[in-house]
Amino acid sequence: MTILEDRPSNPAAGDHDRPIGHGRMQRKEDPRFVRGKGHYVDDIVLPGMLHGAILRAPVAHARLVSIDTTAALAHPGVHAVITGTDLQALGLAWAPTLSMDVQAVLVTDKVRFQGQEVAFVVADDRYAARDALELIQVEYDVLPPVVDARKAMDPGAPVIRDDLEGRTDNHIFDWEAGNKAETDAVFASADVVVKQEIVYPRVHPAPMETCGAVADFDPIDGRLILYETTQAPHAHRTLFAMVSGIPEHKIRVVSPDIGGGFGNKVGIYPGYILAVVGSIVTGKPVKWVEDRSENLMSTSFARDYIMQGEIAATRDGKILALRTNVLADHGAFNATAQPTKYPAGFFHIFTGSYDLAAAHCTVTGVYTNKAPGGVAYACSFRVTEAVYLVERMVDILARKLEMDPAELRLKNFIKKEQFPYPNKTGWEYDSGDYEPTMRLSMKMAGYDELRREQKEKRERGELMGIGISFFTETVGAGPRKDMDILGLGMADGAELRIHPTGKAVVRISVQSQGQGHETTFAQIVAEEIGIPPEDIDVVHGDTDQTPFGLGTYGSRSTPVSGAAVALVARKVREKARFIAAAMLETRPEDLEWEKGRWFVKGDPSVGKTMAEIAMGAHGTVALPEGIDGNLDAEVTYDPPNLTFPFGAYICVVDIDPGTGHVKVRRFIAVDDCGTRINPMIIEGQIHGGLTDGVGMALMEIIEFDAEGNCLGGSLMDYLIPTAMEVPDWETGFTVTPSPHHPIGAKGVGESATVGSPPAVVNAVVDALAPFGVVHMDMPCTPSRVWEAMQGRTRPPV
Amino acid sequence: MQIPAPFDYVRASSVDNALALLDRHGAESRVVAGGHSLLPMMKLRLARPDWLIDINDLFELDYLLVDGPVLRIGAMTRHTTLLESDDVRHLFPIICDAERVIADPIVRNRGTIGGSLCQADPAEDLSTVCHVLEAVAVVRGPAGERMLPMAEFHRGPYETAVAQNELLIEVRIPIRAGSASAYEKVERRVGDWAVAAAGASVTLAADGTISHVAVGLTAVGLERNVTEVEAVLVGQAPTEALFVEAGLLASQACDPLADQRGPIDYKRHLADELTRRVLRVACSRAAASVSEITS
Ligand SMILES: Cc1cc2nc3c(=O)[nH]c(=O)nc-3n(C[C@H](O)[C@H](O)[C@H](O)COP(=O)(O)OP(=O)(O)OC[C@H]3O[C@@H](n4cnc5c(N)ncnc54)[C@H](O)[C@@H]3O)c2cc1C
Repeated sequence: MTILEDRPSNPAAGDHDRPIGHGRMQRKEDPRFVRGKGHYVDDIVLPGMLHGAILRAPVAHARLVSIDTTAALAHPGVHAVITGTDLQALGLAWAPTLSMDVQAVLVTDKVRFQGQEVAFVVADDRYAARDALELIQVEYDVLPPVVDARKAMDPGAPVIRDDLEGRTDNHIFDWEAGNKAETDAVFASADVVVKQEIVYPRVHPAPMETCGAVADFDPIDGRLILYETTQAPHAHRTLFAMVSGIPEHKIRVVSPDIGGGFGNKVGIYPGYILAVVGSIVTGKPVKWVEDRSENLMSTSFARDYIMQGEIAATRDGKILALRTNVLADHGAFNATAQPTKYPAGFFHIFTGSYDLAAAHCTVTGVYTNKAPGGVAYACSFRVTEAVYLVERMVDILARKLEMDPAELRLKNFIKKEQFPYPNKTGWEYDSGDYEPTMRLSMKMAGYDELRREQKEKRERGELMGIGISFFTETVGAGPRKDMDILGLGMADGAELRIHPTGKAVVRISVQSQGQGHETTFAQIVAEEIGIPPEDIDVVHGDTDQTPFGLGTYGSRSTPVSGAAVALVARKVREKARFIAAAMLETRPEDLEWEKGRWFVKGDPSVGKTMAEIAMGAHGTVALPEGIDGNLDAEVTYDPPNLTFPFGAYICVVDIDPGTGHVKVRRFIAVDDCGTRINPMIIEGQIHGGLTDGVGMALMEIIEFDAEGNCLGGSLMDYLIPTAMEVPDWETGFTVTPSPHHPIGAKGVGESATVGSPPAVVNAVVDALAPFGVVHMDMPCTPSRVWEAMQGRTRPPV
Repeated sequence: MQIPAPFDYVRASSVDNALALLDRHGAESRVVAGGHSLLPMMKLRLARPDWLIDINDLFELDYLLVDGPVLRIGAMTRHTTLLESDDVRHLFPIICDAERVIADPIVRNRGTIGGSLCQADPAEDLSTVCHVLEAVAVVRGPAGERMLPMAEFHRGPYETAVAQNELLIEVRIPIRAGSASAYEKVERRVGDWAVAAAGASVTLAADGTISHVAVGLTAVGLERNVTEVEAVLVGQAPTEALFVEAGLLASQACDPLADQRGPIDYKRHLADELTRRVLRVACSRAAASVSEITS
């Protein structure tokens, strides 16, 4: 691994030569993970706990005729068999989704996708529960399914959502951003216009840990403790209160160690609700953990965007405008997780890193007989789709203009001095300096040398491709005036307490699924108040222990909670000044701060450390008016804007001309996520995201047959890359701090997932240029690449 | 966690004991070797044996032995053992080529040659290898031992001549002087089953001409060797033109199905491409071994 650090100073860190708070320190959470002592939902065992299992629909679209649970109920060890009819009686057959739609908890009327929840068995153990599923007799009246999103709006198409009053078609929403008239005008007068249909197929986050819950309802005091695989414990608690009628103060949601989320664990799945119902019905704790196939077939998928892209430019390569119409397949229920105002997420950042004269997009969402979802797999609320579209279109334009794709990008970047940059679809990019980042990636890659090598190889009939992607993300949702999920503003909280001995605990509202929060947030506090990160405990994932906030997804933890933590630490630092002044019998304004200590201006030998101040706060010193006897503070942070991390990725592939097999030879990733906290954690996030990106580009897809059967229901069918498919990552970085974030950090969790697929596909298409290939859709499997070489590229759906 | 249907379990202590247990528990009993085919099918409830007879204690079936003109491989020999054996690499490089691309180290540490051949999955690699090497399967049952050439042993997809109350004991591979072999597979990802694969074994005469050849294909609907190539290759000095001809014959002989791994014409193309490649490698390896012998 090469790590090239082109490191400008980092004023926010208060030290020009190193990142925030002890930089590249080892992760505090790792000792328990590497020793196998992580504690996940499935590790939770409560006294008297029962086990649930879900019967799922074998077909994609069918009317439910009858369910007979007699034999299942008679099976040894079975305590309850719950059906949609039972839930109807409790008013729980349908639950709200995060997108203002409803989703069936158990089927009452009609099956709408294969794998949908039909009945729930609660038994002594998971074996009895699973065996009893086979004893439930269900009669279905099979209906023709809508599988192809392109046909969802056909006049005669079966209406999937006849549960919604007045529904006569499968249309969910139309949404647009940018100015259509302006954009059309620019297109009409442009020298060059290129068009391309670009499909981002359905993929699945497939976290290593599947979804699950343990519900423990106490019938005596009416309290519910719900251990859940959730990325958003507080939002879940509020929603559970709204759905179940259990008052919110009697609900505690605990999200223990989570084995990967990637957006798969944002929504509320029927299984969670069923575990709660099971516990209420039996009076005992109920555990439900789905298996791998259930996870792949029924939980939140990602993408499924069919995009008609168009780009306009002058003959000499000035990009003028972009426009696109998108058909979005949302599956059977509109259950994507995104801010209410944005039914297509943040797709309107599809203008990318370029200074355009105009841009316009429309997105139409439709129902199909497939599992619901859409926003997942580290997509930054559909920034993935946006970046893929623009970065493919720019490459297609480069081919048309016979320009080098790096040169075309360099020519069109938004310039440093244009920031903060208002783009044509309503964003204000906070900061950026794209050219040095691009040039660093080219330098690391040896770009010119690679092009020379490619030329020589082409002459010998060898297929080598070089692909570039330059992405700009919009992360850290978001300002509460614009952004909410079901009415909950997207702010986050932090509480900091310094104990009398100077050790600290910081409680945060976001929850970690591998991002290293227990380390990163301790480092931020350490930087601000000068006590070592080892002395700072980070508490998260338990609604009884942490302040309210919306959770971890969309790369929002550092931009939002990271800001909250920095601010709460500054609050404590200011309070410490007053207490120190009281202790030193001087005035607060006569004190000066150095890391970890307030001292008397002009006499550095006289001062108090944070530990001394903490003891003082809890001690006997007379405190000034308005200063409580503690060293604690809390903050809720409402971000003024999103943050806009960016990066330049270069991928080199070799393709076997006889088999179509693609080998990723090199991958260079230069990221700019503003101020860097722990570079090792950042690199870990990048490595994981790049691996995901190679997977999506080369092999991952959830396919369906004409009957709506899911063909990706196991890891034998749904391929995930291994260490063998990826090269040694070559990472580098630049630092352009966010001007509005307290420490200048921007968020990086999804940058690589967002930025890498276009780099890989651009490289594959580049390698196939001798065959006249201008575009091919993912996944670039050997057979699809070979078909492209035969002039038969085809969309995956 | 995927949960199989209920079953009973017993560990066999010897080959005879395993056979007795199979007899006692009858039609719904199955032996489990490495378990890497049987257990996934049980978890998906596609296989539902009432009894599992574990033969992992039968260490007497875990051996590799060069015995005069044959290599004898015990049925419980693990993939890893085959991959790491110097004898195997030297005598039958095709086995190493194949083992390198069968699943992943975790599967290879447990999976056995016996289980692979008895599973007879159409995408299974060692069946092709054994066909190409003209191996003989030793099968034992209540009535004693039978020796079956691969063509008789292997009856089609998921079907072999091993009866419910029999065990595959050993695989015997004839050793031929002047021979070499090769295998190549196209997979969508490391550890994935083949999109298509081909194996070849060639024997070169002292004058450098091909005296014996066998070509086999995996996952493309051909359960036998591509015998058509023999007439073209035998007696000829290996040339690129001949490989091209053989490749064409292989692509015509196979009968692939379209699936998520690719369309029919792509798989036919691979049968052609991979046949050419394995013949090329096998011939050059054989030439090297012939020159080694003569020098
Ligand atoms: C993820 C994964 C990927 C894989 N990829 C490949 C691949 O690319 N190529 C490939 O070829 N294989 C692949 N396999 C299969 C692997 O090689 C298995 O190990 C092999 O197919 C079966 O061997 P086993 O010892 O595990 O058999 P088991 O699963 O134990 O048994 C398989 C069947 O054979 C029967 N059986 C076993 N031993 C005997 C015996 N001595 N006599 C009679 N019957 C017997 C069993 O009753 C059962 O019906 C893969 C497996 C997995 C899990």
